Amino acid sequence: MSRAFRWADTWPARIGLIGASCLLLIAFLGPFAAPHSPTALLGAPFSGPTSRFPLGTDFLGRDVLSRVLWGGRTVVVLAGLATIVGYLGGASIGLIAGHMRGGTDAALMRAMDVLLAFPPILLLLVLAAGFGANPVALVAGIALIHIPGIARIIRAATQDASVRGYVEAAAARGERTAAVLYREILPNIWPTLAADAGPRFTVSILLVAAINFLGLGIRPPTADWALMISENRVALTIQPLTIAVPAVMIAVLTISVNLVADAFARSRGVSRGILVRR
Amino acid sequence: MTDITPALEIPAHRSRYLARHPLATYVIRRTLTGLLILFVVSVIVFAATQVLPGNAAVQILGRNATPQSVTQLTRQLGLDRSAVAQYTSWLSGLLHGDLGHSLAAHEPVAQFIGDRVRNTLVLAGVAVILMIPLGLALGVVAGVRADRAADHAITGLTLGAIAMPEFVSGALLALIFAVWLKVLPPVSLVAPGSDPLAHPALLVLPVITLMLSGTAYIVRMMRAGVIEAMSSDYVEAAALNGIGRRRIIWKHALRNALAPTVQVLALTVQWLVGGVVVTETIFSYPGLGQGLVQAVQLRDLPTVQAVAMLLAALYITINIIADVAVVLLIPKLRTAQ
Repeated sequence: MSRAFRWADTWPARIGLIGASCLLLIAFLGPFAAPHSPTALLGAPFSGPTSRFPLGTDFLGRDVLSRVLWGGRTVVVLAGLATIVGYLGGASIGLIAGHMRGGTDAALMRAMDVLLAFPPILLLLVLAAGFGANPVALVAGIALIHIPGIARIIRAATQDASVRGYVEAAAARGERTAAVLYREILPNIWPTLAADAGPRFTVSILLVAAINFLGLGIRPPTADWALMISENRVALTIQPLTIAVPAVMIAVLTISVNLVADAFARSRGVSRGILVRR
Repeated sequence: MTDITPALEIPAHRSRYLARHPLATYVIRRTLTGLLILFVVSVIVFAATQVLPGNAAVQILGRNATPQSVTQLTRQLGLDRSAVAQYTSWLSGLLHGDLGHSLAAHEPVAQFIGDRVRNTLVLAGVAVILMIPLGLALGVVAGVRADRAADHAITGLTLGAIAMPEFVSGALLALIFAVWLKVLPPVSLVAPGSDPLAHPALLVLPVITLMLSGTAYIVRMMRAGVIEAMSSDYVEAAALNGIGRRRIIWKHALRNALAPTVQVLALTVQWLVGGVVVTETIFSYPGLGQGLVQAVQLRDLPTVQAVAMLLAALYITINIIADVAVVLLIPKLRTAQ
């Protein structure tokens, strides 16, 4: 195994990598393999598996297999976006607070404390009450949940790097703050960031799925694994496949991403990474 | 968690008392910052629900909006006043114990919440009572036997359990125990006014769902604490002095792993605040979380605002209690201000 992938040389990491790749393939290539349209009403509601509908139909008579193949994209894309936006926001705040210190630092960090005082699901529910079922509000909300934690990590790393000779030298050369942050400090805190990203992506997936399940994110008739579970809940006894298949998809996705994230964070000496709050 | 300590002006005549009682100072300071944070949270909750989204009346009525109904709802919510006036009258209502009037249930929010608070406390209480001893025991076993078979089994299971969303484990549990084995009910409906403890079968699946991820958190944190304590100098010194392994684990390692454990318990209870929302919804259990989700779906703003403030206050209080408990457990922190 090549050197860059030494961290993946354990059984949990291998299982996680295989599981995560399969699920990401289904999420992004699944729509091309779907036999029917995910939103077309094709048969009687809640009919069992037939040769035409291998996994049966859902509460409106749509093909469950096609909806499963279409339903992974939303979770992965929204969770990815939320994590990226969270990093952009958190990294900016952390870099500024750590580099400027003094009043700016104190004000920014107190604002972070207030954000941390919100239970994550509660913040997302409050936003949904104001803005309705809205993927943009969902992405913004999850980014807000990540921002305080990321800002704290980056701030600590920046303060640590700020007292090093090369940073002081750059400042003494008269380089602008933005240039110092970007060229001298950012490359040095990159490893810390990389170890932290996996667990955060896992948490984003869990939150997106939970809000979609509550009917407050992606709106019907879009196919989404979490939404499928709540839409078809009444048929738990009649057509369990409509619930079991998307449930297994989400479980395999989150568990394998978590295994990969845990293995990677461990290789960087961060064993607590997985305990990101949700 | 403990770095929320802005400087406070202490009146001169009380400063001597406070200097002699650092713990009291700490408690007072944490309580005051807690209240300050709760105040900011109330501004955010109010702004996000009632001010920022534009005309809340139009948003709530959606497609059914007629000019008359919009005018009526605008007056009912007091949206014709300035944002500051709306906020102050809402806040003074909250402070006087008036939680507002539910738009959807057409009853005072206090009445809507009443039974639900008890139902949620029963569900969360049973889950916590079962998961704490289980999580601590498994965590100690995994920590003491780190990197051996028992540890690998426990760590692997907890990694899976943590990553499983509550609604997925809940749905799968309902499939297995309600649909295939037919031993437990798939939904946990509790009639209004009846006690959930009188129907224990209804509680089994929601409690197990909550325990799956909650226990996993406790196990992982406890394992890390025990490993850290077992590799410390004083444990090595005790071992070199010929003290038995059993005695070292109980008298030295576990005692020092206790402080992080308090933080774990606080985190677990905080996580429960979110966990019950999803768990109650999947089992249709009539608790505070399910009531909140319903209120959000119906855009019942007064109910959402009141329940959100209640849960935020609870969350902040748990935080403060945990921080104070940690200071009590580690005497060194009392003077390290």
